[in-house]
Formats: sequence, C-alpha cells, structure tokens
Amino acid sequence: MLANLPFLVVAVMIGLGLYTMLFNRNLIKIVIGLTIIENAVNLFLIALAYKNGAVAPIYTSAPSTSMVMPTPHALTLTAIVIAMATTAMMLSLIMQIYKHYHTLDAFKIRRLRE
Amino acid sequence: MSDLFTTHLPALIIAIPLFAAFLTPLISRINGKGRNFVVIVALLMTFILTIKLAWHVYTDGTFLYAFGSSDASGFALHTPAGYVVPIRILFEIDAMSALMGIITSSLALLGAIYSWNFVEKYETQDKYYTLLLLMTVGMFGMVFTGDLFNMFVFLEVLSISGAALVAFRTEKGASIEAGLKYMIISSLGAMFMLFAVCLLYGQYDLLNLAALAKRMDYTLLDEIALVALIGAFAMKSGAAPMHMWVPDAYGEAPASISLMLVASTQASLYALFRVVFTLYGAHIDPTTIGWLFIIFGLLSIMVGVSMALMQDNLKRLIGYTAVAEIGYMMLAVGVAIASMGSGYSLMALKAGIFHILNDALDIGLLFLVAGVLFYRTGARNLAQLGGLARNMKYTTFFFMIGLAAVAGLPPTNGFASKLLIYESIYLFNPVLAIIAILASIFMLAIFVKVFHSAFLGPELPSLAKVKEAPPSMLIPMAILALVMIIIGLFPNLVYSTIVCEAAKALLDQGGYIAAMIGGA
Repeated sequence: MLANLPFLVVAVMIGLGLYTMLFNRNLIKIVIGLTIIENAVNLFLIALAYKNGAVAPIYTSAPSTSMVMPTPHALTLTAIVIAMATTAMMLSLIMQIYKHYHTLDAFKIRRLRE
Repeated sequence: MSDLFTTHLPALIIAIPLFAAFLTPLISRINGKGRNFVVIVALLMTFILTIKLAWHVYTDGTFLYAFGSSDASGFALHTPAGYVVPIRILFEIDAMSALMGIITSSLALLGAIYSWNFVEKYETQDKYYTLLLLMTVGMFGMVFTGDLFNMFVFLEVLSISGAALVAFRTEKGASIEAGLKYMIISSLGAMFMLFAVCLLYGQYDLLNLAALAKRMDYTLLDEIALVALIGAFAMKSGAAPMHMWVPDAYGEAPASISLMLVASTQASLYALFRVVFTLYGAHIDPTTIGWLFIIFGLLSIMVGVSMALMQDNLKRLIGYTAVAEIGYMMLAVGVAIASMGSGYSLMALKAGIFHILNDALDIGLLFLVAGVLFYRTGARNLAQLGGLARNMKYTTFFFMIGLAAVAGLPPTNGFASKLLIYESIYLFNPVLAIIAILASIFMLAIFVKVFHSAFLGPELPSLAKVKEAPPSMLIPMAILALVMIIIGLFPNLVYSTIVCEAAKALLDQGGYIAAMIGGA
C-alpha cells in the first residue's frame, strides 16, 4: 500500500489540476492547473523509475552493480524543460491579454470581445 | 557518397529547416529579402529531399534511421549482450509517413512563398519565419518518428510554435486569445499523451513504437493509455467534441499559418491512426473503436457544417468546414476499423487517407484565397465584401476550384476521394453515407453563398480600387489549384500508387515491427 503512495498522489494531483482548469475563470489559475498536471506526470515518471536498493548509473567506484535505468530521468528533464517553455509562453500571452482587456476573467473577456 | 547521403535523408529533412530556423534572425539583421529567400530555399531543399526519401520508401520499402548509431540505416545496437530493449531514437518512415511528409513539406513551402508579401508590413517577420520553420520541423518529427516520447517532444515543438503564430497579430486581443486557447488545449493534450507514455513505459520499459507493439499485452493500463492517446490526438486534430479551438485559431491566424495549421491537424490525425493501427493493431476491439471514430466523424461533420452556415467571418467559416472535413476522414477510417476483415474495409481506409491529402489541398487553397481578400481589402466579414470578381479574376477562379473541391464536385480531387468515401460507407451502413452526402451538399450551399456575397453582386464603392493579388500569393494558389485538378482528372496518378501503399503500410502492423526489430 505504502509503495503505491506516489501513484495515488499522482492521481490526486491530476484530478486537482483538471478541477482547477475546469472550474476557474481566472486565466492564471487555469495555467496553474495545467502546471499541476505537468508536475503530476513528472512525478509519475520519477516514481516509476525508483528501484529499491539501486544506485545511480555512475560506474566510477559504484558500491553495487544494481543500477537504476536512467531513461525516465532523462525523460523527466526533457518534460520539465518543455513544461517551462509552455508555461512561459502561456503567461506571456496572458500578459498581452491583460494589456488589451484589463481583466483576467475569461467570461468578461468574452463579453468585451463582442 | 550518394549512398551516405541517402542514408542520412531523414536527419537532413529535420536538420535543414531547424538550422534555417535559427539562421533567419541573423540574416534578417542584414537583409529582409535575403532572409525570405533563405527560408524558401531551405524549404525547397526539404521538399526535394522529402520527395527523394518518399521515392526510396515506395521502391525499396520502409526506411529506418537510427540517431547516433555508427550504422545509421540498420538497427545496430551497442548494448550489453542479451539486452534487447531499443534505446536509440529511431525514425521509421513507411509509405504512410512518406505521404504525410510530402503533404507537410509542400504546404510549408507554399506557405513560405505566400508569406513573402502577406506579412511584409509586420516588423516581427524574422520571428514569424523562425516559428514557421520550427512548426515544419515539429510536423516532420511527428510523422517520421518511431518513438513515442520523441513524438511527444515534436508535438510540443509544433504546439508552441503554432500557438505563437496564431497570436502573431499581437495588436488584436482576439488573436492572442485564440493563441492562448490553442496553447492550453495543446498542452493539455500533450500531457495526456505523456501520461499514456508513462503508463506504457512503466509496464514494458519501452518507448519504441514497434517494440511496444510487439510486447503489447493489452492490459487495463494499456486500455487507459489508449483512451488518453485517442483523446490527446483527437483534441489536436480538432474532431468535434474538442473542436472549439479550431475556428478561433484558424480565424485569427494569418492565412499562411492557417494553411500550416491544416497540415498540423493532419499530422495529429496521422499520430492517431499510427497509435490505433500500429501500436495497438490487432488488440483493439474493432466495433468499439470503429464506432467511436464514426461518432467523432459524424459529430464533426454535423457541427462543422451547421456552424459554418451561421458564420459571417470568412476565415471562421472555412475553419468550421475544416472541422467537417476532418470528420470525413474520421468517418472513413472508423468504417474501415469497424468493418475490419470485410471486402470494403481496405477501400474505406484508402478513401480516408486519400481524403487527408485532398483536404490539405482544398482547405489550404480556400484559406489562401481568404488571406488574399483580407490582404487586399482588409475586410474579414462577408458583409464588407462584394463584386470582387471584376478586379480579381485569378483569385475568383481559384476560389471556384476550392469550392468545387470542398463540396466534392468533379473535376476536382474532392470528388475523387469523397466518392470513394460514400461508396465504402454505403456498403457499411447506408444511413451514414446519406448523412455524408447531405453534409457535402450543405457545404456547396455554404460556399455558393460565400462566392455570391464576396465575388458577385454589385461593386462596392469602397472596393472599386482593389487590385489582383501579388504574384507571390498567386503562385502558391495556382500550384494548389493545378495539383487539385490533375488529381481530380487522373486520380490514379496518386491513388493507385501512393495512397494504396500508405493504406497497406498502415494496416501492416507486422511489417512495421519487422522493419524495426526484425522477425515479427
């Protein structure tokens, strides 16, 4: 049970993120929801990579020969960089939206556009 | 020498636009025209290389490329003995990928030529061209890769550059909004995809499409992954329940970018088919997945057509018809899956794939015409347009061809693929065929209305001095129109060669696996 705790946390975080995205009208909060989902997926990858008693795959004076497969960590690093880029992109778009409409409420923006 | 060149073709097709993308800001410091020239030359080179690669694929079979391997064309792994997991990034180009590559590169080339005059008055042109090239790279990566995580990375490259380009006209609030919407939808879709990749990796320790397909047990987790993948790619391709970003993005993006977005929805559709046919293949339940696709398709057709009827903004209108056209492909492929094993299943799949090619050309041409109208008149609403046929002979002619193709009238390519779709669907279920034909008639009505209000009727005083489009915009439209008529008159030029091979390649899961890891 305890070993599955990270996966439960991932499920809860994805649920929270989706809830945040669906039930908030503030654009920044929608982006926060997306970031929570991104982090949940990264946590999922890291939790998958865990191997009991294994060491990092650095061959110089390694204490044991059971090593962790580094692929998920590499994937996580890539995913983090991509997530940063998308978040920066979305926040800069939101800044531009605020300059145009002087509000971040998605409903008010829709009304202003008409 | 030429052999080495051939071996590294897939890497070159990705590398040339990528290199040019980061070269353009530097060149534009020196000369704006020089930069446009470099972009077009880079895309032309990519186009020629793609044709060469496709030639090799169609004559010698599936093309494999392993990044960072001493023997790039083969699958030479330098791993510990007995370790069989493919860890390299592999590109696998079969007939289907080659077809998508040709569509991508030709639309990107035409979009870049079209942009020469279209975006000349914007100061941020250097960024525009960088992003356009990055978008091309993202699409090429998505259609060529044989690795799920790699596909995720290219999907994000495509989404980020695409969203930035949708929001290109930053002086308008609506375009930034459309860009944000597109970005949020694509990132959410990409996260679903990454989640599915995690689920698969957690079970099989694999990211390679072919190796995963070979080991697939179809457990509950695999089913969850399948749902996440279908959701993600259907969202990105703009199928009906998830279509809300499409009209906004198409309507607000510059016309050349709308053209690129059409290609990007096709790339997502390709990813969807690749996952369903190659990754899951025989494991899926044909009835469930087939009908899921059919329902997506029918919804897209109905929503697209009925919403397009109400639009008065020309580009939003074409955006909704693009949703409907995606519906036709989903419908045909859904029928192909649902009737798997019967005589007309392959025909439906061929029709769907043929329509991918034709839709990219038709909708692309209509967007380019809408772009010309906006460029010359500044008007986006149909009410502000009228009597343009007097001053814009060629544009009017191209619009008529696009109209006929979208509505599925001979002698255009739309007729060829839609007739095949109707035929194969009719064998499966006549009601579906009737709905599809009715929707086509509606599309004809929509575009005849547009044609009448924009090009015919009395000349508006404000539009009396409108000139014909500049050559840089006429040439891409002329090429598209010419190709459409040639395909319409001689459909077998592409159908019996390229399209049939692509359909067979998509169905041949064993062949895909064998090409990658040998001995399916």
